[in-house]
Amino acid sequence: MNASSRLGLLLLVLFAAAAVFAARLAPVGPGDVSDVVRTRFLPPGTVDDFGVLHLLGTDRLGRDVWSRLLFGARISLTVAALATVVAAVVGIAVGATAALVRPATAFLLGVTDFSLAVPRVVLLLLLASLWQPGARLAVLTLGLTGWMPIARLAYAETRGQLGRAYVDGARALGGSRFRLFRRHVLPNVAPSLLAAATLGLGSAVSLEAGLSFLGLGVQPPAASWGTMIASGRDTVVNAPWVGLVPGIALVLVVLSATLVADGLERHR
Amino acid sequence: MLRGFVFGTLRVPLVVFGVVTLTFLLLHFAPGDPASHLLGPGATTDQIQAVREALGLERPLVMQYGRWLTRAIQGDFGASIATGRPVLAMLWEAWPATALLVGLSIILSYTIGMLIAAVQATTRRRGVDGFLSGLTATLAALPGYWLAFVLVMVFTYVLRWLPGFGAAGLDADYLRPWQRLMDRLTHLALPLATLTLIGIGTAARYARGTLRAVAREPYLMLARAKGAGYWRVLFRHHLRNGLIPIVALLGLSLPALFSGAVFVEGVFAWPGVGTVLIQAVQARDYPVVMAATTVSALLVVLGSVLAEQLVYRVDPRTRA
Repeated sequence: MNASSRLGLLLLVLFAAAAVFAARLAPVGPGDVSDVVRTRFLPPGTVDDFGVLHLLGTDRLGRDVWSRLLFGARISLTVAALATVVAAVVGIAVGATAALVRPATAFLLGVTDFSLAVPRVVLLLLLASLWQPGARLAVLTLGLTGWMPIARLAYAETRGQLGRAYVDGARALGGSRFRLFRRHVLPNVAPSLLAAATLGLGSAVSLEAGLSFLGLGVQPPAASWGTMIASGRDTVVNAPWVGLVPGIALVLVVLSATLVADGLERHR
Repeated sequence: MLRGFVFGTLRVPLVVFGVVTLTFLLLHFAPGDPASHLLGPGATTDQIQAVREALGLERPLVMQYGRWLTRAIQGDFGASIATGRPVLAMLWEAWPATALLVGLSIILSYTIGMLIAAVQATTRRRGVDGFLSGLTATLAALPGYWLAFVLVMVFTYVLRWLPGFGAAGLDADYLRPWQRLMDRLTHLALPLATLTLIGIGTAARYARGTLRAVAREPYLMLARAKGAGYWRVLFRHHLRNGLIPIVALLGLSLPALFSGAVFVEGVFAWPGVGTVLIQAVQARDYPVVMAATTVSALLVVLGSVLAEQLVYRVDPRTRA
């Protein structure tokens, strides 16, 4: 791990910690509204008439942006992380099966290539619009539209390992194909799969926010980074910080994921 | 070349057919009934039944599918539920705007991205390489809709230089030809900048890897030993050989590019397929969703076939 990927990892850990301890770090709740007229559109760093410090200002309903950012991290990061787990499980299952089970190879690779050719956002829009939008649907749709790169990588890496002598040795000892993969191949291909999954995490965070931004993901008034950016769009003139702050957090998370993935990739 | 071309063109109808089938099934297994959606909450069961029959929703699924498919092949995508206009006309007006935006941004972002990557691959100063790596990683990490928001904030509201939405001003019909051109260009500027800035990040990050691999090739050292200058080595030997995997990547990254364009079109109200799709999805306008999905799949797959043909062009070894 070089300096930049260490920095990325540190940032990811910090964001995760912020999400976990949101209730302790936030001065007020994410949806708390007191006196709307007296507390709305306060610029970052002001103390309102009730003595509450608004570190990152307030939005049009007087809600504290810093608190919403912390609680939004909870939703946005959880959805993205779960979606990445779904994508990784499906991707590894498809890729490994394609590599290990000969008759299924062509079919599974065909399905993967086909799914790669479908524009992801089109599918996401379709799914999110047809069923009730919400966090659970976002996890499923993001997961089920993000497994293809991992499947391709898992296939290629597994095929690469299958020719090695240690795999032949394990097979000669009578290990089943599943055992062969789990005990011998998977540990060897794990770093590059982890790198791909980390990259996927970054794009999942970004896409989740995008869906919420279009009103098709997590629904307001719940605080998610996407809904925060969407509401910041309407107040771009008098309160630019409402949309800027969650966007900067988003960029930092995606960038950190990229840096960590780069580090893992170089390390293997 | 001919073999590749035949397989390439065969893939187009196959993938589009698959996407259409998937969309159709998703639409029909989704909760919610287009008929009751159309009539509103006050409709009686009889009315809903009548509309369901009129829309052909009472027939077996296979027959509905077959009917839609035969009509779609003939170019009849039906009429929009929300606007009543023929869907084909709506998309026919929309696709050039998308193709213009995505096409221009691909050309710009790959040209600039490759130049940045070339500097990174040939420089001896690690600081320059590190700085550019950080820059391109940041660009690639920017979500399109948020970058759009920031650009609109700076260039439309603070500086008041460029318009923030649409493809033409309200007075566009009354302008003289060159003024109309300027109007079009200023409207294009921000959506194009959004897509291109992100595209530069992705292109440069990938190109850096391939160009660095080529940089170690002995023929570059030979060219330099013969006395060829920096630019000649770069353009004649280095970039030419690094180009092949990058063009291949272009084809693979088209779906992602198109996906990004959907968000950016939505934010800027750019009158392309993406905006049509977002509006149709929000209004549950099923015929338009079906057709827009078909058209976007078609654009993406045609683009990737085109990129494969480009690989044949730039790599003489594949022409045999």
